[in-house]
Amino acid sequence: MELLNTFFVAPFASMFGSPLFLAEVIIGGLLTGVLYSLVALGFVLIFKASGVFNFSQGAMVLFAALTLVGLMERGVPVWLALALTVLVMIALAWLIERLMLSRLVNQEGIILFMATIGLSFLLEGFGQIFWGSNVKRLDIGIPNESIHLAGIPINQFDLFAALMAAGVVALLAVFFQKTPTGRALRAVADDHQAALSIGIPLQRIWLIVWSVSGFVAIIAGVVWGAKSGVQFSLSLIALKALPVLILGGFTSVPGAIVGGLIIGVGEKIAEIYWGPVLGGAIENWFAYMLAMVFLMFRPQGLFGERIIERI
Amino acid sequence: MKINLKNIIWITMAVLALVLSSGGCEKKDGGSKQAGGGQEQFFPMLVYRTGPYAPSGIPVANGFRDYYDLVNKRDGGINGVKITWEECETEYNTKLGVECYERLKNKGDNGATLFNPFSTGITYQLIPKAAVDKIPIHSMGYGRTSAADGRVFEWVFNFPTTYWSQASAFVKYVGSQEGGMDKLKGKKIALVYHNSAYGKEPIATLEKLAEQHGYDLKQLAVDHPGQEQKSTWLQIRQYSPDWIFMWGWGVMNQVAIKEAAAIGFPMDRFIGVWWSGSESDVVPAGEGAKGYKAGAFHASGGEWPVLQDVLKHVYNGDMEKARANNWGEVLYNRAIVNGMYNVESVRTAQAKFGNRTVKGEEVRWGLENLNLTQERLKELGMDGFVQPVKITCADHESGGSVFIQQWDGSKWNPASEWISPISELVRPMIEADAASYAKENGITPRGC
Amino acid sequence: MIYREAGNYKTTYAADQAIFTLQLDRVFMTMVMVLAFLVVPLWANEYWLQAVLIPFLIFSLAAIGLNLLTGYAGQLSLGTGGFMAVGAYSTYKLTTAFPDLNILLVFLLAGFFAALVGIVFGLPSLRIKGFYLAVATLAAQFFILWLFNKVGWFYNNNSSGNITAPPRELFGLVVTGAAAKAQVRYLLSLGILTLFALFAKNIVRGRIGRSWMAIRDMDIAAEIIGIRPLHTKLLAFALSSFYCGVAGAMSVFLWLGSAETEAFSIFISFQVLFMVIVGGLGSILGSILGAAFITLLPILLTNVPLLVGLRIPIDLQKHIEQIVFGGLIVFFLIVEPHGLARLWQIMKEKLRRWPFPY
Repeated sequence: MELLNTFFVAPFASMFGSPLFLAEVIIGGLLTGVLYSLVALGFVLIFKASGVFNFSQGAMVLFAALTLVGLMERGVPVWLALALTVLVMIALAWLIERLMLSRLVNQEGIILFMATIGLSFLLEGFGQIFWGSNVKRLDIGIPNESIHLAGIPINQFDLFAALMAAGVVALLAVFFQKTPTGRALRAVADDHQAALSIGIPLQRIWLIVWSVSGFVAIIAGVVWGAKSGVQFSLSLIALKALPVLILGGFTSVPGAIVGGLIIGVGEKIAEIYWGPVLGGAIENWFAYMLAMVFLMFRPQGLFGERIIERI
Repeated sequence: MKINLKNIIWITMAVLALVLSSGGCEKKDGGSKQAGGGQEQFFPMLVYRTGPYAPSGIPVANGFRDYYDLVNKRDGGINGVKITWEECETEYNTKLGVECYERLKNKGDNGATLFNPFSTGITYQLIPKAAVDKIPIHSMGYGRTSAADGRVFEWVFNFPTTYWSQASAFVKYVGSQEGGMDKLKGKKIALVYHNSAYGKEPIATLEKLAEQHGYDLKQLAVDHPGQEQKSTWLQIRQYSPDWIFMWGWGVMNQVAIKEAAAIGFPMDRFIGVWWSGSESDVVPAGEGAKGYKAGAFHASGGEWPVLQDVLKHVYNGDMEKARANNWGEVLYNRAIVNGMYNVESVRTAQAKFGNRTVKGEEVRWGLENLNLTQERLKELGMDGFVQPVKITCADHESGGSVFIQQWDGSKWNPASEWISPISELVRPMIEADAASYAKENGITPRGC
Repeated sequence: MIYREAGNYKTTYAADQAIFTLQLDRVFMTMVMVLAFLVVPLWANEYWLQAVLIPFLIFSLAAIGLNLLTGYAGQLSLGTGGFMAVGAYSTYKLTTAFPDLNILLVFLLAGFFAALVGIVFGLPSLRIKGFYLAVATLAAQFFILWLFNKVGWFYNNNSSGNITAPPRELFGLVVTGAAAKAQVRYLLSLGILTLFALFAKNIVRGRIGRSWMAIRDMDIAAEIIGIRPLHTKLLAFALSSFYCGVAGAMSVFLWLGSAETEAFSIFISFQVLFMVIVGGLGSILGSILGAAFITLLPILLTNVPLLVGLRIPIDLQKHIEQIVFGGLIVFFLIVEPHGLARLWQIMKEKLRRWPFPY
């Protein structure tokens, strides 16, 4: 009885006991969730277009942030540094396509996955050789203070980051839905062979996709780097994006967004209301457990394409 | 034979195998080198200049290197015995730590002098090995707290202080700020800790003191690596503690300091452990970090004579270059202190065994009889930089005093006098833990 | 010329079903075994044993375990580190609670516990597949480590939160703890690996292995021909976790000597998966070759500059090492996606034709 109470009654009681705090938790969770989505988005883009589960997305975030900050530290103005970083990421995408992907066409998913892990070693090594392993400060000029909205304190920085992420998502949605390139991308995602046969240049499409996900990595790197300083640990945020990814489905952009929000809110609520009972720091596994429970009902994720099996 | 990729692999693999096997032979030669009266004292260095904890590892590695270099350049070695050293990269990873330990332990004229693992995990791994390989370990203020009991841990030293001593000193400091230990009653203290063996160190001490003094303790674990701490700080906001202690490490520190600033927590009531109180923890957090406090057992800054010596002898007065090598930063100075302890232990051993290269066993004797008085520290240019230490057979911690330092936005300043730990609480805990370790591992404590 | 099947006549069914049907293979294996059991312990110094060979043996065992699951039964798992932790922590609990219990028995019991945990976390595999399953097994990884870190009972509530291998004896020799000779620990690890590898080889050649492969290649079809997916998949999870559990126990008791949960982090899971893929999915020999490649390569890369006498800054060296390591992985996958085991096979082909290739 005691146990039931602490697990099933007390947390809800404290939730509804102070609805204002609950609202704060939910808003905090949503804002964090958007940031998870941002990282997960990079995975989704690449998986959609080339069927590669790109584990090096985390390393790409690190690499992009290191390049940006490294350039800024050497006195390059912000906009130029940003432009140069975009160029670097495009060059990187080109190299990856040329040297790696084009030679691994038609391999099994797991081989491609492993290759991207190898790639993340490469990126981490190069990033640190060029820019050093020391922590670097990245200030994008957004105050780290709370504003009060209807009595709920909201961190301005988080708000800004979430808005920026939302902007990127909107941009990508338009790009995918409205432009010819976007349509070509979707065609490739649906069927490589068919896309090739109607004359869509596969190599160019892959280059574009990797560049776009490099661009997403820059945004994620800026936001997370401003939060925690730019350093090696940035590459570990990929782990935060994985539950988002499976929850939303590997192939769905809206899935990444909704998944991020669900994971963000879910883990905050779990940690704050159930964490103390269990001893704390449950966030990490809880996110995976939550995702797994969803998967039990929808094995392809919330928005993933239906898996059809034929003999 | 056609030149294709597969053939290239074969050839590379053959070459690699050759190199590897020849490496093995050479290693064997190096290992079996006879110990003799060489004139070089070898210090192994387990460093982490790469990986997630590199921002903390780089200043430490530089500090060690520069202090050894200083002793060689300024004094011509330790009583004429040149210091040699070799770095081995561990990435703060215990598995690589094993490799490094095995690689370095037989190097030099007489084997490794002693090990400074600078990682709690690696320390734990080396503790049982120390007695077997007869190489002492000095884990300065980290590693196993109960190693302070020299009767059980003959080969392990952790002076000048431990986590438990520090935790008790923090509580004393809070008491003094609140206007007396009796004022602690009903106060709320939150402990934000790295969810690992290291982070959990202070809990027992703080809980015991909570019983004694009647403050409320809330423990909040942050999982590795700790880039996302929203829920922790939401809980803190709800709990609204009077004080926050932090046992953090790596990126977790910067994020925590930022989050604390964002919720408007008064930073001068936020105290970090000495691994949460270096430049790399506060600088990335920016303006918000102003006023943040941390424990320390040595001073920071470059005005001390010993650091001026380093500037003069190692960097030839090139301030810019010295700064680029973290000169005068908290963690750099910590390594200077540790280097000094290492060198002085060897010197102590030399006083007994003669001015020559000393072996691990002799260094252990030196460590156990180390007596750094105020005068000696003054000669070393470290008067006021660290507290004097006197190690005995039973007490491998000595003193245990710490002070609180505060970040003013550009440098760390002392914010308190030296605070002695509550030994009557900590020491029995240490002895109890050491006794249980001895029982589990079949060690008979020495009589001291 | 050198490697010939011709002239080997099998006169009994037993001979036909032997693992090594060729005389040459048998001779070669015997030589390898003699080398491993007799020559190596005499030749190698402590650095080699402790830093290179023992981890290689332990990771080989873990890689065989994962290969049973991923390579043969086709279930992608990233929970290896977690299952290894179960083995290590249950060994610690058992041997501190019953100090007189034979340490080998403790290892087996620990593997048994790991198998139970593996079954529990294998349940989702009935519904979830591929990468989704891989990420779902991460739930196991994170949850298990959290549990061992949080619940003091698992590490006997000691203040350090570490588990330390106490000294235990086998046949009158100290085999665990720091006092154990590296040679002894090496031989014990080698012995365990040999037995387990043999066992695994026989499992995968038999009915169970064939049903795993059927499930891997197409589970619906396998179900139609009468293989029970529940039964088969869970058995794969159980056996795989058993192997990983024993490997985890060995890694603390025969290698590291002391560990906290960090020693079984997700990076270990990745590392073992690496070994399996670089070595070759669905090959016992491949697991061992893969483990050799992944554990030895970084050590080799660290030592090469030292041997050549090159003095480069240590951080630069580490970064170069990282780049070379990553580059080699990619290179290998491009050149031979089927892993080292496939290269081994090609070499045998070559030897057969040499010096008259056609």
